[in-house]
This record gives sequence, structure tokens and C-alpha cells, in this order.
Amino acid sequence: MITSPADTVIADKDTWTGKIRDRAVKELPPDRLLPDSQPSYVASWAYVFGALSIGAFAVVLLSGAVLAVEGPAWWHKSSAGLFVNSLHMWSTEFFFMFMVVHLWAKFFMAAWRGKRKATWITGVLAFMVSIGTAFTGYLSQQNFDSEWIATQAKDGINSTGAGAFWNVLNFGQMLMWHIVLLPLVVAAVVGLHVLLVRRRGVVPPFAPTNAQLAKAGLSLAPAVSGGGDAPVLEEPLKPPASEPHVQHEPVAAPAVQEPTGQAAASQEPTAGLSSQPLWNLPEAQS
Amino acid sequence: MNLLAALVHLGGTGKYINWGVLQISLANLIIIAVMILMLVVAIALPFPKHESRRK
Amino acid sequence: MSAASTSFTTTAHGSRRFRPDRDVVEWQGPYRRYDLAKEVFVCFVVVLLLTVVCAIVFSSPDERPVTVKSWSNAAPVDFAQTAMTELDGTSGVATYGPPYTQVPGAGQMLGPVSIERAVGVRIPINTAQDFVLKPLATLPNRPALRSAIASYEGASASQQAAWDAAYENVVANASFSDGQLVVKAGPYGPVGVLINNLESMARTGALDGALLQSPQLYATNYTNPLLFIADGTYLADQAGLRHLQGDQWGMMNETGNFPGQAWLWLYTFWYQVNPMKSSSNGDVEVWAIMMVLTVLLALVPFIPGVRSIPRKLGIYRLIWRVHYRSLGPEIVSQMPPGNQPLRR
Repeated sequence: MITSPADTVIADKDTWTGKIRDRAVKELPPDRLLPDSQPSYVASWAYVFGALSIGAFAVVLLSGAVLAVEGPAWWHKSSAGLFVNSLHMWSTEFFFMFMVVHLWAKFFMAAWRGKRKATWITGVLAFMVSIGTAFTGYLSQQNFDSEWIATQAKDGINSTGAGAFWNVLNFGQMLMWHIVLLPLVVAAVVGLHVLLVRRRGVVPPFAPTNAQLAKAGLSLAPAVSGGGDAPVLEEPLKPPASEPHVQHEPVAAPAVQEPTGQAAASQEPTAGLSSQPLWNLPEAQS
Repeated sequence: MNLLAALVHLGGTGKYINWGVLQISLANLIIIAVMILMLVVAIALPFPKHESRRK
Repeated sequence: MSAASTSFTTTAHGSRRFRPDRDVVEWQGPYRRYDLAKEVFVCFVVVLLLTVVCAIVFSSPDERPVTVKSWSNAAPVDFAQTAMTELDGTSGVATYGPPYTQVPGAGQMLGPVSIERAVGVRIPINTAQDFVLKPLATLPNRPALRSAIASYEGASASQQAAWDAAYENVVANASFSDGQLVVKAGPYGPVGVLINNLESMARTGALDGALLQSPQLYATNYTNPLLFIADGTYLADQAGLRHLQGDQWGMMNETGNFPGQAWLWLYTFWYQVNPMKSSSNGDVEVWAIMMVLTVLLALVPFIPGVRSIPRKLGIYRLIWRVHYRSLGPEIVSQMPPGNQPLRR
């Protein structure tokens, strides 16, 4: 935005910085990046498991950082070290518990709908990389468990050819993957995943069934041939049994494309009421 | 009280449940049961309502 | 008016049909105050508290590892038998093939291909040298041992094989008493001296260090001692007692009564069923299955049928029940054209 004569000299669209900034602000303007409201359908504790997963990841990272401060031998000799190791182990268990429940909830919501496939895919990727990160952690314990895991897992990994380069018996290599490389990858994938959620918003519910409409005291007018695409309510409107503070304003069928051929089941010509959107948001860019 | 020693000793011989080809530790079974319970409770519990907001 | 960000028609004229398992009509309805930053912070505090409580109540496992020292003291005959197989090249590691040893035809096959074999030997190990002879050579002040090593290394391959076979015969029935390995006499040349010395070296702990053989003092790669230990039966027996073996679904388990890696349930499941269970290519087969399933999980949004399961199951109606109960006339603007109400 140009605010002074001096600004007219600068062609910020030509700089990499300017292009990156413009693209970032276009994809994720501040109120989409950090919204302080959510659609009214985001009203279930089932939505909390993503945040719990992130909370658990933070505890994993912090406890891991404390272990790093003292080095990998500390927790075998010190009871404070064993306590921090316990924090790291239990937060990892919670991380996987919450992440998998989050996956189940997102599956039941079919959260990939509406151009959210990348969100789903990055979620699966985060899961897989987390498994790899946990695996390298188990290998870095320098105790009986890690010894057994390493000598057994080597067969599976060798069978794919990867064992020639990624040696589970090499403690130094596994430790560095665990504390340097893989946490960065997990953080990057989780970060991308969250940004994708913010970009598209939380997936809307499925359209209601007849039964659900009836329960709300609504029903759609039956299809009439030769009409537009838009659904319309039957007259008279019945007030739904719902919370008093959710205001319903008169709405109309939105403008839709004319059908150019044979239309499927329910089309409706008689749009009666004037359109009044209830909520204005910056246009979601597709 | 030494807060750094375990109050519940989980060492020693593990308890396992066998069912056909399936063998699972009691600890892992509890973890999985808790996960299912968490999802069921999360769906069932009512969510606090906030004022609807208009910008 | 604010249009839906995607528009659909019910026609097939080059425009997409609305598919409820793939598409949505973006939300036009009311919003509610929702403090995301506070939610994440509260979740962090909740998990931190849960973690601290579990750490205090349960702690975490830390069973000491099996070392060459602890193994040879606890199971000296098993150690001697294993050491002999390392010397004569019949051990698990010696016959493993890539990435450790060059063994024609070794390497798991996936159909017609062995990726393992194609990649080749990149962590070369000579078990006779690396596990037996070179460590023995580091021991000072043992003239009898020194001449036994020289005698063995100077002999022809067929002479070595004859000695090896003779010792294999007697060590099968070995016993251990008064800190000494006891085997019958036989035509095994210097091999008896070699194995006896290796046994005593192991029992003092000197072999653990010698196996690392790092040229610069500092070591972080435990390949050799771990492979040597895993060639014996002692480690596997200890693992079996702790329910960690493959056919005990051990991949999911932790020592004691601690929770383990429940998320590996499907990976270890395939090892319990045929043909993978009894296949000599079981590892690569299970890996291939799991890689395919992982890709399919990532691609669920593209798979017809699978992506319809959430809508058909209907659990979403419980999750969004507040929404469905509060439907009003504005729902009209949020119904997908040509496809409403939702047919189950």
C-alpha cells in the first residue's frame, strides 16, 4: 500500500521478498492465520485432539531438550535423569494416543472434503514420520530394549536395501537422526498441516438428510422440472427448535448456474426471498 | 518421600492376554481402550456454547 | 452476495458433479468465538500435567543391556559355540549376505527382485577376523595364544576347515566348570586355544571394547558387538522371557508392564500370518505390504468406496448434532445443488 511519495519509487513486486510476502498474505491473511472465531458447527470435544497432539509434541520436545542438555548417558545414572526420561516416554505415548484419535475423528468427519486432500495427506505423513522418529528414539536408549529392537529391526530394514545406508546398530547415526533430522521434519510437516487447516478452514458438516431437516422443522420443496438448481424451503416456514441466540435472517436461494442439460432429482424454480448472507469473510481463494 | 521413584512398579514380568493369534500386553490393551473411550466421551460430552458473533 | 467458493451443476457438460464424499459447499453461516491460542496452551498444560503424573507414578523402564561380558558369564557354553561359528563362517552374520557379507544367492526376494542383493555389501564384516582373531591379537603377554593365532592363520583353507569341523563336534557337548570351558580332546589344532582365550577375554569384559575397534578411541557404532551377541541364543532367550520375540507380537511390546508401541500393531500382525510367517522373504514382504497400505491411507480421499465410509457410517451425525439441531432457513443457501437432502 502506497502511503507517501517516497513509496512510489519502490517496486516491491519485483523483489523475492515482496513476492513471498504478497503470496503469504494472500493465502493466509492475518484473520485467517489466527482467527478468533470458528464456524458454529465447530462445537464438539472431538475437535480438541489436534491441539492435544500439538501439546504433547511440545512436551516431547521440551523433555527431549532437557535430556540433550545432559547427554545420552545421564538418565541411566541419575534419578533426576530417569524422571526426565519418563517424561519423554509418557509424553510420546500421549502424543501417539491423541494423534491417532485425531485421525479417527477426522476420518469420521471425512475431513478431506472441499479441497482439503493435502491436509489429510500431510496428516498421514506426520503420522509416518512420527513413527520413524519414535523408532530412532527407542534405538537410542542404550539398554536391553534398544539392543533387542536394533538386532531385530535390522532384518526388516536390510531386506529393503535401506540397511546398507541406515544402520540401526549404529547408535551415533540413530541418535543424530532422532535429535536433529527427524524432529525438524516432524515440526515442518505438522506446521504445514496446521497452515493447510487454516487456509481452508475446518471442514463443514455433510449436508443434512431429510430426517435431520424434519427434526429441525424444515423441509425442501419438491423438485419441479425446468427450474434452477437452487433448493428452496417449503412454505410456510416453521421456526426450528434451536438456541435462541442464533439469529435466522430471511434468506433466498443463491444465484446459481442455469442447468444446460438434464438435471438430477431436486431442482427448484420458485425462489421467493431476498438473499442476505449471514456472515462476510474474506473470499476463500481456491 | 522420594518423588523420583515409581509409586506403581511396572517392571518385572509383563501381563499378557492371548486370544487366538492375538497376543497383547495388558498395558497396550489399556492404552487402546483409553483411546476408544476418549473418542466416545469427546463425542458424547456437550460442548459449552458461546455467544454467536457478528463482525 | 457471497457465492460458494466452488460451484457445481448437476449436468455433465464439462463441469463437476457434486460428490458428497469429495466436495463441500463452504460455510455461509454464523461463527462463534473460539480462542485457538488458549486452547493449544491449555492442551499443553493438560498433557504436561498428565505426563508428570505418569512419570511420578510409573517411571520408565531401563533394563541393562546384555554385553559380551554378561553373556559369556551367564551362558559360557552358548558363547563358545557362537564364537566357533564366527570363526568357521557358519554363524548368522557370516551367512547373512548383504549388507554384511558376500554370500552368493543371499538376500530376500520380493518377487523376482532382491533389492538387498542389488545394493550389496556396504558394511563389510569378516567374522573370523573381526570377531575372533583381531580381538585376540590385542591381548598382550600370551605366547601360547600368539603362536596359536599364527598357526591358524598360516594354515591352508582346507586345514582350517578340518580343525573347525573337529572343534564344532566337541563344542556341541561342551561344559563349563571352575571358570574353564571343558571340551573333549580332538584333532582341532590351535582352535581350542583360540576359543578358550576368547572365552576368558569375553568374561573379563575386554572383548566388548576390542570388538568396537575404533581407530580413534571414541566409538558410537556398536555394529560388531551387537551382531556377535545376537548370533547367540542367550539374547533371544532373554527377549522371549520379556515377550519381545517376533511371534509374541514383540514389536509392540516394552519390557515389564510398560506400554510399548501400540501403533505398530498392524506391522507386527503380518508376521503372525502366513505366508509371511514362514516365508524366508517374510521381512521384505511385510515391508512391501505396509508401504502399500501407508500410501493407500494417504490416498483415502481419492479412493471411492473407502472415502464414502464416514458418510455411510453416520458417526458424523453425533459429532455435528448441535449443528443439525440448529438448522434454520439459511441452510437452503448451504445445500449443495442437485444433491440435497443428503441421501444416505
